[in-house]
Amino acid sequence: MSDITIKIKDREGKVHEVQAPTDMAMNLMEVCKAYELPVEGTCGGMAMCASCQCYVLSDHELPEMGQDEDLMLAEAFYVEDNSRLGCQIRITPELDGLEVELAPES
Amino acid sequence: MIKTDILIIGAGPTGLFTVFEAGLLKLKTHLIDALPQPGGQCSEIYPKKPIYDIPGFPEILAGDLVNNLMEQIKPFEPGFTLGERAETIERLEDDTFVVTTNRGTKHNAPVVAIAGGLGSFEPRKPPIPNIVDFEDKGVAYIIRDPEVYRDKRVVISGGGDSALDWSIFLADIASEVTLVHRRKEFRGALDSVEKVEELSKIGKINLITDAEVKELKGDDHVTGVGIKHKTEGDIHLDTDYFIPLFGLSPKLGPIGDWGLEIEKNAIKVNNSYDYQTNIPGIYAIGDVNTYKGKLKLILSGFHEAAIMCQSAYQRIFPDKKYVMKYTTVGGVTGFDGTKKEAKKEVVKAIG
Repeated sequence: MSDITIKIKDREGKVHEVQAPTDMAMNLMEVCKAYELPVEGTCGGMAMCASCQCYVLSDHELPEMGQDEDLMLAEAFYVEDNSRLGCQIRITPELDGLEVELAPES
Repeated sequence: MIKTDILIIGAGPTGLFTVFEAGLLKLKTHLIDALPQPGGQCSEIYPKKPIYDIPGFPEILAGDLVNNLMEQIKPFEPGFTLGERAETIERLEDDTFVVTTNRGTKHNAPVVAIAGGLGSFEPRKPPIPNIVDFEDKGVAYIIRDPEVYRDKRVVISGGGDSALDWSIFLADIASEVTLVHRRKEFRGALDSVEKVEELSKIGKINLITDAEVKELKGDDHVTGVGIKHKTEGDIHLDTDYFIPLFGLSPKLGPIGDWGLEIEKNAIKVNNSYDYQTNIPGIYAIGDVNTYKGKLKLILSGFHEAAIMCQSAYQRIFPDKKYVMKYTTVGGVTGFDGTKKEAKKEVVKAIG
């Protein structure tokens, strides 16, 4: 299976164009960490810390938000309408060309 | 002054297992942790989540892993300084260290093992511009003494258990309790949510949902908060206290200023030998350290703890020889006088 391309804008405004495999059961938080972008992923991907919060800039149709993610975002800071938790976004072929921006650290 | 052989900073799984490995070598241990209970992230963030990669446990809840570790290390009688953050370290003339916490508790040991994970857990502060100026002047992130709020007006924000539970508790103490949350849904236990709903109906809690505290007002003490409501716009509320309760997040904190070599928020160690840092006598194990090929896994922390204790033994007793023993052979002899060992085989001749 081929990789997809994702554009990630870091907190300094720099855009990183990265390749992510669709067959490794990875999520967006893990992709950020693999490319050493400043995402802590404190809880390891359980939607319990919001350190991987990002804003979705492109109009891709993303998997629907689960209750864990929804309630974590209800308590996170700097939340906008396009906020998602990177750890809850699985890398699939449909996400090719996805553009996101890392939310401020909190 | 608390004296021990290995002072362990961080009471997560790696720190706890260090007690066991040190105990096998007859070394005494004492743990410091900023959280009020042992277990680190496993207890604080995900006690009810199953872990699948602990060798020998096809599945174990993080909280149960901590309970098991506490049981396993009990014979070695570790000391605990909980709810205090290791703040400063100093090296004495005899080459031992003194670590002092934020509450002034002093600990002395020839070896320090930092097993601090991602750091000490600190309250998450909402991004309100002048919030830091009002800390201890009406803003509190932790409720230490509820009596402070007797007959005062209090605004709490957050949507989890602590926001719900404290709103319920303070409803009987404070003259006025307002709970502000960004949603109508709360993340807490169902009966707490129902209790808050009930108290709000009878006017004991002023519940404002779909809203966020955005502004603090006052000169040398909080006198009011500015709230932004999704549909009703800005609301001003007079209050004596603002208590944001948004949980905790780990920060490396003061350890970062101890003169240790830091790389990407982690402490660099000599992994080809003993996980010692650039300061001899200070080791870093578990998620807090970094080296080429590092894996932040609980099992890696256990391994690092075992290796580190051997090196610590040699540092404390440079002249003594020690041969690693298997617990299956030697059993486990606790400092509390207990001894666990395999049952002796019974040999009995037939006839």
